[in-house]
Amino acid sequence: MKILVPTKRVPDPDQPIHLNADKTAADLSGIPCIINPFDAIALEEALRIREEERSQAGSDIEIVAVCIGPQACEKEIRIALAMGADRAVHVVSDEYIDSWVASSLLKAVVDKEQPDLIIMGKQAIDADNNQAGQFLAHHLNWPQATFASEISFEGDRVKVARETDTGIENVSMTLPAVITTDLRLNEPRYASLPAMMKAKRKPVDISTPEDLGVAVEPRVEIISMETLSAKRNCVRVNNVDELIAKLKEAGAL
Amino acid sequence: MKILIIAEAQGSEVRHASRSAITLAKNVVAAENGDIEIAIIGDDIAAAAKAASAYAPTFTLSDALFSHPTADRYGAAIAQIAQQRGADLVIAASTSHGKDCVARAAAALGGTMVTDATACENRDGKLIWQRTMHAGGVAAWVAAHGSPVVVTALQSAYEPAEPTGETSVTALNIDVVALPSAIQFDSVTTKQSDRPDVTEAAIVISGGRAFKTAEDYERLIGGLADKIGGGTGSSRAAVDAGIAPNENQVGQTGKIIAPDLYLGIGISGAVQHLAGMKNSKIIAAINTDDEAPLLDYADFALIADAYEAIPEMMEKL
Ligand SMILES: Cc1cc2nc3c(=O)[nH]c(=O)nc-3n(C[C@H](O)[C@H](O)[C@H](O)COP(=O)(O)OP(=O)(O)OC[C@H]3O[C@@H](n4cnc5c(N)ncnc54)[C@H](O)[C@@H]3O)c2cc1C
Ligand SMILES: Cc1cc2nc3c(=O)[nH]c(=O)nc-3n(C[C@H](O)[C@H](O)[C@H](O)COP(=O)(O)OP(=O)(O)OC[C@H]3O[C@@H](n4cnc5c(N)ncnc54)[C@H](O)[C@@H]3O)c2cc1C
Repeated sequence: MKILVPTKRVPDPDQPIHLNADKTAADLSGIPCIINPFDAIALEEALRIREEERSQAGSDIEIVAVCIGPQACEKEIRIALAMGADRAVHVVSDEYIDSWVASSLLKAVVDKEQPDLIIMGKQAIDADNNQAGQFLAHHLNWPQATFASEISFEGDRVKVARETDTGIENVSMTLPAVITTDLRLNEPRYASLPAMMKAKRKPVDISTPEDLGVAVEPRVEIISMETLSAKRNCVRVNNVDELIAKLKEAGAL
Repeated sequence: MKILIIAEAQGSEVRHASRSAITLAKNVVAAENGDIEIAIIGDDIAAAAKAASAYAPTFTLSDALFSHPTADRYGAAIAQIAQQRGADLVIAASTSHGKDCVARAAAALGGTMVTDATACENRDGKLIWQRTMHAGGVAAWVAAHGSPVVVTALQSAYEPAEPTGETSVTALNIDVVALPSAIQFDSVTTKQSDRPDVTEAAIVISGGRAFKTAEDYERLIGGLADKIGGGTGSSRAAVDAGIAPNENQVGQTGKIIAPDLYLGIGISGAVQHLAGMKNSKIIAAINTDDEAPLLDYADFALIADAYEAIPEMMEKL
């Protein structure tokens, strides 16, 4: 079985966001980046599936990480390989990639790689779009299970518990399929230093959107951005009586 | 401009979040003109469709095959309806159903999708959309290229629309048996709660890692919420620790809400949490730590132990 895990590079969410001069994008220069946390969860799940030897025919499981983005993504690719991916595909592009383009590029990679399962984040924590997985499932005409909090295998079927607004929904699908991860699926491991060294020797297949025959034509264009601060002037109250009085005065109770 | 709203039924009503999507549609009409239609898909939706028709002419796709919201079947159906109705703009609610099924439909319709829209504006004859990114740290105006444009409306950004008078209900003609069906629905565990949903409650009492057990959370957060008719929310840390139920999670990757009152108790105020509640009308915090980040985003704060302050509040309210 082959599992494909898209891993996107995103700015560290603990760092303040600065915008570029014309305020159309985040200025990532000097900002530390990480693997999108939901993608790290996806990779961890793939590793656990392999470790638990739940491959369908008892065959080996190969895990391929796919990253779309500039040269600088090399660092996050290395981390994915150190966590345990067998190899990586890096689609190198400095252009602005929206969820549509990302899903189209991933489709082209899937056509080449022919995986049985794709596990990816439900959303990237920079753009927060929550689209690429669903788009990709449509492109491939594969079943999808979004917002997974539990994945298990039963014969040739994959069973997924999904987190929805109203509770946990259980679905099952035959492979190939697309699964997107929610936070509670697992806690990703860290890449150890020796593993980071060893990851240098793992293969990375480098291509460009042109090589894949995909036109970079984003559907959603960012016109302008502004950073927001929602800070308020906080009044410290001394006791419960005062709190209740203030809330009543403000019409909130 | 032809606007199609994909509405969700909730029993015999239109779901609250879908009524917010209707408000977004009305804002578009105000900014640029247009006609609004509603589509409802499901099984046993006659009453909800009638309720929907009080907002705009409503089209239904009703079949037992739609008794569960599997994304491949629903996504394909939504795409076909949008094409049949000649929609230029498709609007849905930013619910888990909207994100799952409508995003799949958007791909079939050309891939132009704006998630979690908070505003729209006619700029130089073109409709542009506002949405937040980076855990609510950035507001962006975006232009959507292609047609139709698919938009999900962030519920907390729009008041639910009010009905304006009954119009028509028309059944759609779509070959439902031919729709894809590779996802099998097995079961669902829904929460058993009489409290208003965290996305719909006017008052939300929210608890974090300060609570030691699920029993404490239910007794104190649940108890205070019941006392004042509010809903219950929580931080992710409380959900992870098994103290609060999943559906209660407020934040960037949980529910994004803006109630009249948000009372955060024993919640530190991580950026991911703030993203889900910082637009609430009044924010109050109870925390033992005078330096908890949440206090910077609150109107009122009480420095106190939750285990003492909440029982006292329940007694005095
Ligand atoms: C140079 C450059 C600058 C950019 N600047 C900005 C900016 O300032 N603001 C902004 O909002 N966007 C910017 N983008 C694009 C943005 O980061 C997203 O790629 C795009 O909006 C898609 O949204 P998303 O990642 O939220 O998709 P989602 O639909 O939320 O992604 C879901 C999942 O899809 C997969 N995926 C998505 N993209 C990739 C990828 N590139 N590689 C591998 N897997 C992927 C991941 O598994 C992810 O978890 C920039 C892109 C580039 C290349
Ligand atoms: C990718 C990603 C997505 C995330 N998404 C979300 C999200 O959507 N929503 C979310 O909430 N978090 C999210 N998080 C987690 C977030 O970063 C924080 O870890 C989390 O919000 C912390 O929860 P907390 O405030 O309950 O816990 P803590 O940070 O541990 O804070 C507990 C607070 O309780 C106070 N306290 C302790 N005892 C008492 C007492 N007896 N009485 C009163 N106060 C007391 C403490 O002073 C402290 O301020 C996400 C994280 C990641 C990495």
